[in-house]
Amino acid sequence: MTDSATGSVRIEHEIGLHARPSVKLTQLAKTFESKIEFSASPEGPWVDAKSIVKVMGSKTPKGALLHFRAHGQDAEAAVQALVTLVERDFELTP
Amino acid sequence: MTAKHKIANNVGIVIVSHSPDVARGAADMVRQMVGDEVPLAWCGGAPGGGLGTNVEAILAAIDQAWSEAGVAILVDLGGAETNSEMAVEMLSEERRSRVVICDAPVVEGAVMAGTEASAGSTLDQVRRTAEELRAR
Repeated sequence: MTDSATGSVRIEHEIGLHARPSVKLTQLAKTFESKIEFSASPEGPWVDAKSIVKVMGSKTPKGALLHFRAHGQDAEAAVQALVTLVERDFELTP
Repeated sequence: MTAKHKIANNVGIVIVSHSPDVARGAADMVRQMVGDEVPLAWCGGAPGGGLGTNVEAILAAIDQAWSEAGVAILVDLGGAETNSEMAVEMLSEERRSRVVICDAPVVEGAVMAGTEASAGSTLDQVRRTAEELRAR
């Protein structure tokens, strides 16, 4: 059985989704089985959250509302964990 | 969330630059951005000081970053690549098949490869992620 989940969160980190936040997000996404994507707009384009090159290349700025969508057995847990990571400012101390 | 991958199971990263400062700095970036889950080693500079690369130092770095999952090498220019190829040739047959030299920029490629490796990806996935930079 597979599942779908969505969630959104605003990026408050000072420089947006740049190098270190991108690494943290990708590393966390890769701990889940589900297909996970995000976008700065509900209409896309959607970025593969498990691809460090694509995540960093998205250049998502501070203040962007980040939409996550996941599909797979652990979709709900994945979206929840990623939203929490962004809420916690990527667990990076300023 | 799945358990963290053990460091010994993750692909290792070796950074080879003509400049020891560049190699050390790139390694620092991997450590600080990616974390400690990836075996990592760097080398750079001529044996007598100054810019350069040498086969012995590269072999030692491969040994230091060795992982059963293999080792991905990031190089800067010319001799860094040819000396790395020579070092790979000198490895045992069993190890040689598990070492790749990535066609990617040394600093950015090291961070990308390190991120991929930290997730427990295969050597081929690690190399493809580093080289994806070039394809964009």
